[in-house]
Amino acid sequence: MEYAIDFRSVVARVGRFPALAGVDLQVTPGSVVALIGHNGAGKTSLLRTCAGLMEVVEGHAHLFGIDLRDDPSALRRTVGLLGHDLALYEELNPFENLSFAVRASGADMKRAKNALERVGVVGRIADTPVARLSAGQRRRSALAVLIARQPKLWLLDEPHSSLDVQGRKLLNEIFDEATNAGATILFSSHEPDVANELSDDVVTMNGGTISAHAKGKRQGSKDMRDVNVA
Amino acid sequence: MLRDALIVAGKDLRIEMRSRVALWQVVPFAALVLVLFAFALGPNESSLRHVAPGLFWVAVLFSSVLVTQRTMTIESGAGTRDGLRLSGIDPAGVFLGKAVATFLELTVVEIVLLGGVVGLFGVTIHCWWLAIVTTLLATIGLSAVGVLYGALAGGIRGRDTLLPLLVLPIVAPVLIGASRGFSAAVAANVNEGLDWLRILGPFAAVFVALGIVVYGPLLEAG
Repeated sequence: MEYAIDFRSVVARVGRFPALAGVDLQVTPGSVVALIGHNGAGKTSLLRTCAGLMEVVEGHAHLFGIDLRDDPSALRRTVGLLGHDLALYEELNPFENLSFAVRASGADMKRAKNALERVGVVGRIADTPVARLSAGQRRRSALAVLIARQPKLWLLDEPHSSLDVQGRKLLNEIFDEATNAGATILFSSHEPDVANELSDDVVTMNGGTISAHAKGKRQGSKDMRDVNVA
Repeated sequence: MLRDALIVAGKDLRIEMRSRVALWQVVPFAALVLVLFAFALGPNESSLRHVAPGLFWVAVLFSSVLVTQRTMTIESGAGTRDGLRLSGIDPAGVFLGKAVATFLELTVVEIVLLGGVVGLFGVTIHCWWLAIVTTLLATIGLSAVGVLYGALAGGIRGRDTLLPLLVLPIVAPVLIGASRGFSAAVAANVNEGLDWLRILGPFAAVFVALGIVVYGPLLEAG
């Protein structure tokens, strides 16, 4: 079987510090996996490594059968990252930010407007420079980029932070829509209840390694939803 | 690559149109440099006319550092550099796009400065095509070097103060070639002007080619 994420003994460093110290994780396509753990446990580093933003120095690291160590840039169009930093240009409004991201990825421009409507960034908000938006509106705008780009692998770093109740509900719906379309989701959370509710599997990280895993409560119908953690 | 360059240039120019940093900060700065040099050199119109090409290009050179710093600042926002890396855009396209945006912003500065040297110093350009080609090649060189060294300094602490130290020595040939070429255009000395174009042209070509090749690794390293 070709895993969406196939990491075996993966080591990745930030400078000389091993941010990932031997991670073993296999995620099947179409599943939702939550990462939990204390600050500094390695959740963000794992997400950034999957995005090809951190260099893998040891181990076997494949995404969709492609070796991250060979050419991480080859996978960039297939992954979408929503990090703490939202990668939005403050002077541009949400629509302009989205247009840039969609054009850059070569995706259909029709998706841009639909994506903004889907996250509720409409009317004057869509025309307001990002610098003047609230934290929640910014996060919704950044989420719209992922919806429009439709990556195969969604990497989300604490996606529920800054969102109100409606925003969280919307995000949960978007999780379902993405996985129904065949996407795989790996997200981090500091809220065990949220992680458990939304995911097929919950992976606990500690000290740059995976220390435990458990089944999540996500109501799914896909046979492929599974995760193996060695 | 060219499609990606147009996307990046369009984005950078749109941001510039919103922030108007080049218009409200760089252009006045360049004009101020020109006027202050004129004050320092005294009221002798003949000597001012003589040094005007050099003053023009010194002002352009200092302005290019500010424009480059602004180009770097655009990508220093929260996560925007990572966003650019993840966007799927060809890094060579990013380099070309940023160089095109820098070129156009510098061109605006140069047009204003040209009005200054003609109006304030009474300079008359007798060979316009030579002045335009000189300016074109020199500005391409300055833009390419600026964007390239901007990326090089991007991941370094204190990059804003480091950038002029990196860029100014490298662009010294542009300052010399452009000043002499511009002087030749003022004096309608085409042969001398062509000699300087033979320096400015290869300089611009080398740094554009270098930027296309090495910008990707620099973006990843930053």
